[in-house]
Amino acid sequence: MQAFLMITEPLFAIPRSSELETVTITFEGESLTVPAGVSVAAALLVGGVRDFRSSAVGQAPRAPYCMMGVCFECLVEIDGVPARQSCIVTVQDGMEVRRQVGAASLDYVSFGKRS
Amino acid sequence: MSDTVADLVIIGCGPAGMAAACEARALNLSVILLDEQATIGGQIYRSIESAPAERLHVLGHDYASGRSLASEFRNSGVRYLGGAVVWNVSSDGTVDYVASGRSEKVMGKHVLLASGAMERPFPISGWTLPGVMGAGAAQILLKGSGALPNGPVVLAGCGPLLYLLAWQYLRAGATIRALVDTTAVSDYLRAARHVAGALRGWRDLVKGVKLLGALRFPAIRVFFGCSELSVEGERRVEGLSFKHRGRPVRVPASLLLLHQGVVPNTQLTWSIGSAHRWDRDQLCWQPVTDAWGRLGESPIYVAGDSRAIVGAQASAVQGRLAALAVGERLGVVTDFARRAAPLERQLKRHASIRPFLDALYRPKNGNRIPQANGTVVCRCEEVTAGQIRRCVELGCRGPNQTKAFSRCGMGPCQGRFCGLTVTEIIAQARGVEPCDVGYYRIRPPIKPVMLGDFVQ
Repeated sequence: MQAFLMITEPLFAIPRSSELETVTITFEGESLTVPAGVSVAAALLVGGVRDFRSSAVGQAPRAPYCMMGVCFECLVEIDGVPARQSCIVTVQDGMEVRRQVGAASLDYVSFGKRS
Repeated sequence: MSDTVADLVIIGCGPAGMAAACEARALNLSVILLDEQATIGGQIYRSIESAPAERLHVLGHDYASGRSLASEFRNSGVRYLGGAVVWNVSSDGTVDYVASGRSEKVMGKHVLLASGAMERPFPISGWTLPGVMGAGAAQILLKGSGALPNGPVVLAGCGPLLYLLAWQYLRAGATIRALVDTTAVSDYLRAARHVAGALRGWRDLVKGVKLLGALRFPAIRVFFGCSELSVEGERRVEGLSFKHRGRPVRVPASLLLLHQGVVPNTQLTWSIGSAHRWDRDQLCWQPVTDAWGRLGESPIYVAGDSRAIVGAQASAVQGRLAALAVGERLGVVTDFARRAAPLERQLKRHASIRPFLDALYRPKNGNRIPQANGTVVCRCEEVTAGQIRRCVELGCRGPNQTKAFSRCGMGPCQGRFCGLTVTEIIAQARGVEPCDVGYYRIRPPIKPVMLGDFVQ
């Protein structure tokens, strides 16, 4: 699964408008320059991320379905906090985003941000 | 007014919630409005305040018209709390929410639930693959960030939102590889009975006809009357196969947008134990309210699409009516009938096209109740249609039992995305009506909260 390319050809693109502000985040350690002011899910989709998480039972790849806080398919780990709904959180400069692997587990919740 | 107590607490900042806030403030009631999104407008008017001119042009007049309601809302003197995730509403008017990592509480003498609609699940084989999304989700990306498909996109299903998105994509210059339409000739015949009623809302009808005309003119491949939709791919979507005029067809796709209408988001009304009825025309649950949206004898009201699918304009009118009803109960409105009459007339006009739309775009049985046993129904816990039917064979009579047997509905979405499907699968397997099967027992917290949110 790790061999699977994390960043790939994006499914969505924002047509280049002149004054598009950007922020820089990381996804699985890779740096991504994304539009400011959009949701983390939107930022990842235009940044070329297709595989947001693996499902809790079959470890199958999943990605956002509803983009409005209902389906919970867009769960990712943001700054060390697992299982965040990336479609509801606004992207911020310097955010460290990781795939949500299976169900959230307790052990690193209690320790907060990974060093 | 206290910061945490108000005459009216509203949940949801779409047209119903915003209009209710404006009306209540005009009556000089204190109003707190909570919404989980970071910006106002709900889904229909998402990013309405920040969308640049070219995006307003692409999205069209109906979207842009939301700006006047948004500015009325901003000038109303409402206490607006964005980024507030409501996880509990009690029947005494207490509302618990989490904002900025802290759990907080507000108290409303009355509470208005305006949590809107959600996309109807489209449970077909392969619908969990990355690259398959709701058409509503893609429209949210367009409204919120101006994002367009990066390559040729395939749209499939039926309903006004699907065609509207296609029209918006064409205006924006995106490439649509195919529109796979599940509407059949029999649907047009069934809908024809409602044309006379729909003519009372002729403006909406004309808009729809113009929109569909625009889709036929350019070079989009449109397949009408398609059935047996199935998504292909291993780790991501690679194509959509379906039956068209009796023949199997396959179109390649890296982005597939599905849609077969929207349904009320009833999570809050279920969680407070309200009665719901199954609507056989809209094929969904609706909370039982009085004419102004009040739930039983409680101080809680419901307005807009979370009560029944009525559309943005009717939702706003319902919001105003609910606010007037609250005003009357608080003794502020003494001439309710006179104030309500023009709003009721507007509501009637907006509602006149609904039976026609419900009949024409009634989602197909096969696209709501998967016949293939291997199709995933519960996306969170990966429970299939076959497993639900097996549970029924073992004696399960409703969703709470299949949940205990299979974990179906027990994942983070708390049944939002499988509930309707599970009810209908069980009803079909038992040979009874959905109202005899019932729904999940929804309990707070209706959104995941962290224990840390409660530590000050």
